Amino acid sequence: MSSDQVAGLAPELAGAKMGQGSKPLASASERFTSYDVDAFEVPGGREENWRFTPTKRLRGLHDGTATFEGTATVSVRGSGSDVRSGAAVGPGVSVGSGVSVETVTRGDARIGEGGVPADRVSATAWSSFTEATLLTLTGTPSPVTVTVTGPGEGSTAVAHLQIRTTPHAQATVVVEFRGSGAVADNLEVVLADGSMLTLVVTEEWADDGVHVSAQHLSIGRDATLRATSVALGGDLVRISPTVKYRGPGGDAELAGLGFADAGQHLEQRLLVDHAVPSCRSDVVYKNALQGAKGVTDAHTVWVGDVLIRAAAEHTQTFELNRNLVLTEHARADSVPNLEIETGEIAGAGHASATGRFDDEQLFYLQSRGIPSDVARRLVVRGFFGEILNKITVPELRERLEAAIEVELAVTGA
Amino acid sequence: MSTLEIKDLHVSVATEDGAKEILKGVDLTIRAGETHAVMGPNGSGKSTLAYAIAGHPKYEITSGTVTLDGADVLAMTVDERARAGLFLAMQYPVEVPGVSTSNFLRAAATAVRGEAPKLRTWVKEVKAAMSDLDIDPAFGDRNVNEGFSGGEKKRHEVLQLALLSPKFAILDETDSGLDVDALRVVSEGVNRYRAGGETGVLLITHYTRILQHITPDVVHVFSGGRIVESGGPELANELEKTGYVRFADVRPAEPTGGVEGAA
Repeated sequence: MSSDQVAGLAPELAGAKMGQGSKPLASASERFTSYDVDAFEVPGGREENWRFTPTKRLRGLHDGTATFEGTATVSVRGSGSDVRSGAAVGPGVSVGSGVSVETVTRGDARIGEGGVPADRVSATAWSSFTEATLLTLTGTPSPVTVTVTGPGEGSTAVAHLQIRTTPHAQATVVVEFRGSGAVADNLEVVLADGSMLTLVVTEEWADDGVHVSAQHLSIGRDATLRATSVALGGDLVRISPTVKYRGPGGDAELAGLGFADAGQHLEQRLLVDHAVPSCRSDVVYKNALQGAKGVTDAHTVWVGDVLIRAAAEHTQTFELNRNLVLTEHARADSVPNLEIETGEIAGAGHASATGRFDDEQLFYLQSRGIPSDVARRLVVRGFFGEILNKITVPELRERLEAAIEVELAVTGA
Repeated sequence: MSTLEIKDLHVSVATEDGAKEILKGVDLTIRAGETHAVMGPNGSGKSTLAYAIAGHPKYEITSGTVTLDGADVLAMTVDERARAGLFLAMQYPVEVPGVSTSNFLRAAATAVRGEAPKLRTWVKEVKAAMSDLDIDPAFGDRNVNEGFSGGEKKRHEVLQLALLSPKFAILDETDSGLDVDALRVVSEGVNRYRAGGETGVLLITHYTRILQHITPDVVHVFSGGRIVESGGPELANELEKTGYVRFADVRPAEPTGGVEGAA
């Protein structure tokens, strides 16, 4: 398949074929997308896309055995002076000036504008949802918080969200995932020309939580996305953000942090697809890991693909992944990929490093009177500081900082 | 008056060929107000003495005692030793990525003082201490020791000495890697620390040049894991002229020698 085919207007129509498992993809540009669940083979765990994911812990989201009998509850809440602060409201109403919340069916013409599923779980969620929550942001609304609560322990559910801006809007949206059970969802973000969205997505699941999420991030001409992803809770959380640009001047910064405890699997798979000229992307993800003896290893996976297609001249891109291994019984996988099909770029780079909080660092801090637990906290706080500082909603940042402290305290590090 | 007392200290490290004894019976008593210089050839065990007192996990104490005002230092964790009033200025300070120097200093001061210093006075205090050591204020935003030059690392160690004001400071080759100006600045910092006469200093060095800035009360010659001779500052002058050759194969001095007498 040639790259102009997939860079065309309807990439989902190009090269649709059964399965991907037998032959590894030579390039991210060959990535197959479809709404049809059966167009994807059931992941066996050996495919490039699934090789790090413990499929046994997916609660059947991937193999057709999940019944999706449960419901993921979506609530939307405004904040600031112009809305009833803190009051939860159901979909279908306004939560402040410039914020419209609608519940729509799959027939709504806007659904799918963000992107197309690229794996079986995403396609499953897409074909299984009955109602989608659609947020439209106009002007300069106050920050909006969307909370998605899991269906409860032992239950499975799907969800579909779309966040869209109108031209030149400037908005902040926080999406919180919490509760118990397993959820597969698609989150579409459609930024109109010249608009700017600050998006924070948090994964604050209970210990049994399983979340497989595809984020379809579509950036309009001269639009700006500032996304921060925070993964703390859950048994298995796998987030796959895909960034696409619809016109020149698009600018996307994706920051993320993850804190994996003993037994937790946190996976981030990103694709930034530069197919139009003069766009910018910057990806910074940091994970800390803290395992325990006798429990499944704490595991983080970061896969960062950046593709600069032939047409995407003057692209500026950088991606970086840092992992901090705090203890034994922890494993961090990091796979940065950068594919460049044109020489006419402004800049492209990637970096990945995994470091250990080692005995010498601990000794140095302790030799200054700092107890070992405080020393570890100091190191983790410093490590995550760069990411947390990007969160511009003060209450949220404080809450997440506190949650990280709890993570450190609970495991007695 | 505080006293740091080291008696018959034996220390081993694990090697591929089994445990290797580095310190073979060290006796040393330092009282508040005293500065002791420990000099010796490379590999004589000087740094091992420093790290063993600080509690580095690599070194195993096989026998002997270390007490601070009678309290058993060897029974304390590394951070407890620091809070009890011991400080080790390291020869190779460790880089701690992700932790800013200002956060680190505040955390250390909070731990050692038992409460967080008041922010307003703390900022002034750090600024003044930095200015005393010719340290750029922007230093505080950099990660601990990360990308510091050799001289910056040593200044940072002495900055901590100034802010934490321990009862006893062990300076391990603090002079190594310093140019003449930096040596002067660092030495002045140490002299300010000991000016009150309430603090003790154990100055470990290979060269005599730092002793021209920091005058010791007692000089010990360290060789083969022991103190082999002790004397006044004139002993350092002799070493300057003749080197360590004379001590290369010397039987240890009696434990009651020089140290007590000169104190």
